[in-house]
Amino acid sequence: MSLSLKDLAPGQRGRIVRLDRRGALGQRMADMGLIAGTVVEVKRIAPLGDPIEVQIRGYRLSLRKAEAAGILVERIEA
Amino acid sequence: MSRPLVVALAGNPNSGKTSLFNALTGARQHVGNYPGVTVEKREGQCRHGDRDITIVDLPGAYSLTAYSPEELAARHFLIEERPDVVVDVVDASNLERNLYLAVQLMELGLPLVLAFNMSDRAKARGLEFDLPQLSELLGAPIVPTIGHQGKGLRELLGVIETVADRPEVRPPHRFEYDPELNDAVDALEERLRGRPELTGRYGARWLALKLMENDAEVCKLVDDPVLKDEVRRRAEEIEKIRGMPPEHLIADHRYGFISGACQEAVRAGVEARHTMSDRIDSVVTNRVLGLPVFLGLMYAVFLLTFTLGEPPMHWIETGVEWLGARVSALWPPGSESPLRSLLADGIIAGVGGVLVFLPNILLLFLAIAFLEDTGYMARAAFLMDRLMHKIGLHGKSFIPMLIGFGCTVPGVLATRVLETRRDRLTTMLVLPLMSCGARLPIYMLIIPAFFPPHWRAPILWIIYLIGIGLAIGLARLLRGTLFRGDSMPFVMELPPYHMPTWRGMLLHMWKRGGLYLRKAGTLILGISIVMWALTSYPKLDRFPEGLSEEARQAEALAHTAAGRIGHAIEPALRPLGFDWRIGTAMIGAFAAKEVFVAQLGIVYAVGSDEEAAEPLRAMLARQYTPLTGLCIMLFMLIAMPCMATFAVVRRESGSWKWAVLQSGSLTILAYLITGLVYQGGRLLGLGL
Repeated sequence: MSLSLKDLAPGQRGRIVRLDRRGALGQRMADMGLIAGTVVEVKRIAPLGDPIEVQIRGYRLSLRKAEAAGILVERIEA
Repeated sequence: MSRPLVVALAGNPNSGKTSLFNALTGARQHVGNYPGVTVEKREGQCRHGDRDITIVDLPGAYSLTAYSPEELAARHFLIEERPDVVVDVVDASNLERNLYLAVQLMELGLPLVLAFNMSDRAKARGLEFDLPQLSELLGAPIVPTIGHQGKGLRELLGVIETVADRPEVRPPHRFEYDPELNDAVDALEERLRGRPELTGRYGARWLALKLMENDAEVCKLVDDPVLKDEVRRRAEEIEKIRGMPPEHLIADHRYGFISGACQEAVRAGVEARHTMSDRIDSVVTNRVLGLPVFLGLMYAVFLLTFTLGEPPMHWIETGVEWLGARVSALWPPGSESPLRSLLADGIIAGVGGVLVFLPNILLLFLAIAFLEDTGYMARAAFLMDRLMHKIGLHGKSFIPMLIGFGCTVPGVLATRVLETRRDRLTTMLVLPLMSCGARLPIYMLIIPAFFPPHWRAPILWIIYLIGIGLAIGLARLLRGTLFRGDSMPFVMELPPYHMPTWRGMLLHMWKRGGLYLRKAGTLILGISIVMWALTSYPKLDRFPEGLSEEARQAEALAHTAAGRIGHAIEPALRPLGFDWRIGTAMIGAFAAKEVFVAQLGIVYAVGSDEEAAEPLRAMLARQYTPLTGLCIMLFMLIAMPCMATFAVVRRESGSWKWAVLQSGSLTILAYLITGLVYQGGRLLGLGL
C-alpha cells in the first residue's frame, strides 16, 4: 500500500519516496524541490477542502490534492 | 570612459528582485513587452562611476525550463541577448530553492554574480553564511544586499564591474551527474558539435542537457530523427536503472549539490522561521475565517477602486467638458464647423471617456500591487482555487473576474496576475459577461419602465446571475475546445508576508497605468473618430418647420450613418423584438455601454439627462413590451463589449484575432439567446 502526500493530515510529516508525475507538471514539481528524500510537512487544507499547504525545504508551497496524490511518501512518526 | 554594460537581474518570484531593481534604477525605468508575448519587460538605467549600466529586470523564474511564458522570456533574453553580467537575486532566507536557479545559470555559462538579498531576514531567522566558502563552491562572487533599504548596492555594482571586466572567459560549469546521464550528455554533446547552426547560441552541452530534460522547446528545435531516437533510448535506459526519468534525476542532482554546499557553508541557528507569517495565515487561511476575510478584503478593493475613484472621475469629467467647451468657443456660437465637432464631440469626448477610467485603474493597480507585494494574492488563489478549478480556471482568475463587475477594462488588465496564456485568455474572453458598472444605467432605465416595484430587484439580480452563468459555461467550453489540455497545475509558492514599500507599490501602479493610457489611448482615439463620424454624418441640412430642438436632434441622428445602419439592420433585429431605434442606440453603445441610454434619449427626442429619464421610460413603456425590455438588457449584457474593452483585449492578448473573436462570438451568442428568449416568451405569451 503506497501512501501519498494527499493522505497526510495537517501536522503530519513524510519523506518523499517517489515523484510519480511526468511532463511539465512533473518537471515543475521537481524544480520546486519535491524530489525523493525530501521531508514535507502538511500545514493546512484550504477552507473549501482543496488545495493543501505544505512546508518543504524551508518554504511554503500549495498544491492541489490531485497533484499531491502523485507524490509518494513514507510517514515520519513524530 | 568605460564600456557601457547590460546587466540582467534574474531570480525567483518573491526574492525581492523588483525592489532591488527599483533601488538600483530609481525612476529611470521603461516598461515594455518581450517580443511576441505579453510578459512585462522592465528596463532601467543606472550610473556607476563613469559607467552607464542598463539593468534588465527579468521576469521571476524558479527554473530555466520552458514551463511558463515568464520563464521562457527570461531564458530567451539570457541566451539571445547575452548580457554582460547576470545578477541572480537570491532570497537568503530561503536559500535551497533559490539556489536552484543559480545552479542553472552556472550551467548556462554567463558571468554570474549572486546577490544575497533580504540578508536581514535571513539573519533574523538565525541563518549564518560562510560567504567566501559558498562563493568558492558556487563559483560566483556573492554580495549581501537588502533591496528595499538600498543596502549593498554600491558593493554590488562594484562586483558587477569587476566580473564584466574580467579578461578570461570562464567555461560553463560542468556538473557531474550519474554515470549513465553523464555518458548520455557527453554522447549527445559530441553529436551536436557537428551542428553549429543549432549549438551556436546555446552551447552544445547545455543543449544536450536540455534534450535529456525533455525540454519542450529545445526538442522542437532539434529535428534530427537519429538524434531524437538516441535521446529516447538513453532516457529509457536511465529510467530503467535509476527508477526515475532523466529530468527528475537532473533536478535531484542539482538539489543534491545545493544541499551539500549549504551543509558546508550555512549554519542554521535556532529556528524562528515564519512565525509572523504563520500567525497571519492562521487567520486569513483559517477554515472558518478564511473566506469571510477574503470576501471582506475583496469588498474593500472594490470600494476603494470605485468609491475613492469617484471624485477624481468627476474632476476629469468636468475638465473634459470644460476643455470641450473651450475648444467649441473658438468658433462662433451655432457654428456647424465639422472641425469643431470633430475636436469637441469626437476626439475630446471620446478620449475623455477613456481618461475618465484612469483614477479607477490607478487605484485598482495600487490595491493589486498591495495584495501582490504583501503576499496575500497567493493566499487568495489558495482559497478560491477549488471553486475556479471547477470551471477550468486557476484560483487567481477570481480577482480579475470580480473586478469585471466594476469595469471590464481593469479586469482585463488584472489578468496579468495569471501565469499561463491559456488561463489568461480564457479569463479575458469571458470577462465582459461579468456585468460591468456601465451597464447599470441601462438596467436602471429599462427595469422601472417595464416591471412593477417588487420585481425590480429580482430582475436585476437575475441579469447578473445570467452573466455569471454564461461566463462559467463559456469558460468550460473554451477549456474544452480552444484551450484544451491539462488544467494548469497549482504548484504555487506561498511566500512569507512582507511589508510593501509605498515606493514599490506606486511605481508598480504608475508603470502599468501609463501602459494602459499610452497603448489603449491610440486605438481608442481612432475608434472615437469613427464613432463620431458614424453618428454625425451625413448631415441633415434642412429640418421641417416647427420642430423642437430635441426633435431636430432625433431627425439628424436618423439621417446619419448610424441611423441608417439601424434602419438597415432592423429586419435582422426584428426576431429579437428590436426596432431601428434600439439598433441605432446599440451602435452608439460600442463607444461606451452607458451611451445607449443617451442615444435612445436622442432617438426618442426627449433628451438624455436625469429629468428626461421619466418621459423616456414612459415612451419606452408605450412603445415596447416588458419582454422586449428584458431582451434589451440581455442583449446589452452579452453582446459586443465596449471599444475600451476591445482595445485592451487586443493589447493584452497580443493580437487582433482574440479581440475580434470575442466581440464576434459574444454578439452571436447575444443574438441567439435574446432571439430564443423573445420567441419563446411570445409563444408562451409571457411579458406581452
